[in-house]
Amino acid sequence: MSGSAPTIAERIPDYEPASAAALPRLLSGIRPRGPLPLDEHVEVHGQLPSAAGRGRRRAREHAGMLIEEIERAGLLGRGGAGFPTATKMRAVAGRRRRAIVVANGAEGEPASLKDRTLLESLPHLVLDGAILAAEAVGADELVVCVCESADTGIGSVAGAIEERAASGERSPALRLAPVPSHYVAGQESALVNYLSGGPAKPTFTPPMPFEQGVRGRPTLVDNVETLAHVALIARHGASWFRELGTPSQPGSALVTLSGAVAHPGVYEIEHGASLSSLVTAAGGATARVRGALLGGYAGSWVSGQLLNGVALSNEHLAPHGASLGAGVVLLLSEQACPVAETARLARWLADQSTRQCGPCVHGLDALAGTIEELAAGIAGARVAQRIDQLASLVARRGACGHPDGALRPILSAVQVFQAEFADHARHGPCAACARPVELPLPERPVSDASNREARR
Amino acid sequence: MSHRVRVNPISCEAHGMCAELLPERVTLDEWGYPVVDETPLHGSQVEHAMRAARACPTFALLVERERERARR
Amino acid sequence: MSALLAAAGPSAYWYLTRSTGAVALVLLTFAIVLGVVDVERWSTPRWPRFVLDTLHRNVALLAMAFLVAHILTSVLDSFASISIVDAFIPFVGSYRPFWLGLGAVSFDLIVAVIATSLLRARMGFSTWRAVHWLTYASWPIALVHGFGTGSDASTAWLLIVSVICTALVVAAALTRALVGWPGAIRWRGAALAGAGGFGLFIVLWLPAGPLGSEWARRAGTPSALLGHSHKHSGSSGSGR
Repeated sequence: MSGSAPTIAERIPDYEPASAAALPRLLSGIRPRGPLPLDEHVEVHGQLPSAAGRGRRRAREHAGMLIEEIERAGLLGRGGAGFPTATKMRAVAGRRRRAIVVANGAEGEPASLKDRTLLESLPHLVLDGAILAAEAVGADELVVCVCESADTGIGSVAGAIEERAASGERSPALRLAPVPSHYVAGQESALVNYLSGGPAKPTFTPPMPFEQGVRGRPTLVDNVETLAHVALIARHGASWFRELGTPSQPGSALVTLSGAVAHPGVYEIEHGASLSSLVTAAGGATARVRGALLGGYAGSWVSGQLLNGVALSNEHLAPHGASLGAGVVLLLSEQACPVAETARLARWLADQSTRQCGPCVHGLDALAGTIEELAAGIAGARVAQRIDQLASLVARRGACGHPDGALRPILSAVQVFQAEFADHARHGPCAACARPVELPLPERPVSDASNREARR
Repeated sequence: MSHRVRVNPISCEAHGMCAELLPERVTLDEWGYPVVDETPLHGSQVEHAMRAARACPTFALLVERERERARR
Repeated sequence: MSALLAAAGPSAYWYLTRSTGAVALVLLTFAIVLGVVDVERWSTPRWPRFVLDTLHRNVALLAMAFLVAHILTSVLDSFASISIVDAFIPFVGSYRPFWLGLGAVSFDLIVAVIATSLLRARMGFSTWRAVHWLTYASWPIALVHGFGTGSDASTAWLLIVSVICTALVVAAALTRALVGWPGAIRWRGAALAGAGGFGLFIVLWLPAGPLGSEWARRAGTPSALLGHSHKHSGSSGSGR
């Protein structure tokens, strides 16, 4: 497949809110260019409600209250896994050794831009949340991870750290860590491994990072958007947070909308907003939509015909076999061939394996090969059974969630685009196969040296 | 207190001795890697599982007690 | 027991040390062959992987037992005044110091290999494997030690056994270097060069060395022992 991957273009800072309630929240004050400086950030959001310098007992009370508030707010992690943030904080706070907080802005998902947006344009919101989280879990060290190829983001965060130091603010040791940009590098244990001096590859758990993370210390790894929400919940409270969203998934969220839409970019929605309202706010679709990939490359496809009734919350997406994940919404136009795109995606996902576990290395490779054969019309008669067999051989047999995640877009594509897949199996490539591709799949940079590869 | 068998897929190098010594719980996939049945072990099976774990050249096979699993 | 052996003549211990040494060498040969079988993952339904792996470990431990017997009997034998220190610290003895010292070197390597294998759970895989590869060095050193210190070098049986064992070890090393080991070109090249070079060395050295004339003197046997009734001439048949 030739043709360059499409680039995701500009952000729209303000738009018609999906509901009458107050949006934007996270994106308040965002500028078209450059980061929001500290003084203006304070103007927009108010002072950081920190307990620093108030004595240990007050600090502990404050920490406990913050975690309770976050629990009442029902904040779920925004890195894709959706784990309850308060539960994670409690687990780290309850450990004996001094904790470390890691703000995960690695964002290896190619179709996601929200973390980069936050770090480039609203670094102080992220730093606020990180500092509050550090106080909540008793951490004395804070690491902000930014993708090493994101020069703007690195510059913004570095500048923001300096601004805070110059303002005389008391906070735990704040440092910026550029991290590898490949897909699996942002996975929690891979990030912890890298920060501990190892390769950016996932490790076998247990022990989990909250027990033994960076350099053996209890580590709270939170997505930068999660921390941004923490910064606002600490100021405005749980009830305020719950004014938007659904009971099971309260609050607002950042989504990266891309593909066949007029103004692709990062938008803030409330959970439960309809997909069609988001697309409208983004200037409408530029072509008929064949399907939407929700949740990124570890997410699932939803057929274009069903999109009008789709609402953006996990509860509403579950019947469609999908979830919001890290807030990625990718619209595939009717011009694209879903089979060709899936074959490309399957091969890319297989290449993203860190090659530590046999089932992932061999299984994803075999799966990609099968889909490629299917797309070319040379797969055997029992290709459907083979795909099922490979799926069962791959599921839950890796050290991390990558193989399971990789199965989702592939299996859901085979399901949702049944007709196109059957057509390719019988007749081979279609006219659309030759058209420019739409899924952005960057080449994996040759970064850290690899250790032992899977033996065979 | 029951035991379960688990594989560390990173350490595993598909030597296959676990499948020879504990066929009740471990079979090999088409690439030689273990497919583990995580049903609890009973009675003398635990001994066999321990032996299989000792035989693994890379210590990838783990025999865990129920209590440890609950923490995950 | 030792009084009985002593009464039978010092040659009893000497025979024991020769025989246990030879058996140890044969067992080490099998340990290496089984080790390569293990790492190449060969097995049959009759000989599953776990059996061959356990056999490899047990043969190695048995070889160790014979090695210990070999060392003890050589110390107990009064002819050549070998002390227990000479078993661990090479080249400090008085009897053929260089050739005996090679035995100490080989023994030290084998002790390291076996110790790390017994404590395998407590170290990283790479560390364990790096030490384990010392077996490939310990074997040729042991063989040369045997020829250098021995009195039976030209005995037909020992020569045949040694040649067969050398062939087996070289074949095993070549297999390891050539089969199922992708990449690592430099290591494999070094292994091939080592195995081939060693084979060549043995072929060239034996006739000129241990099988040649007056080896006992050239090897460093103390002159007080040369010309003794137990003297070994290097060209006669059975040992002294």
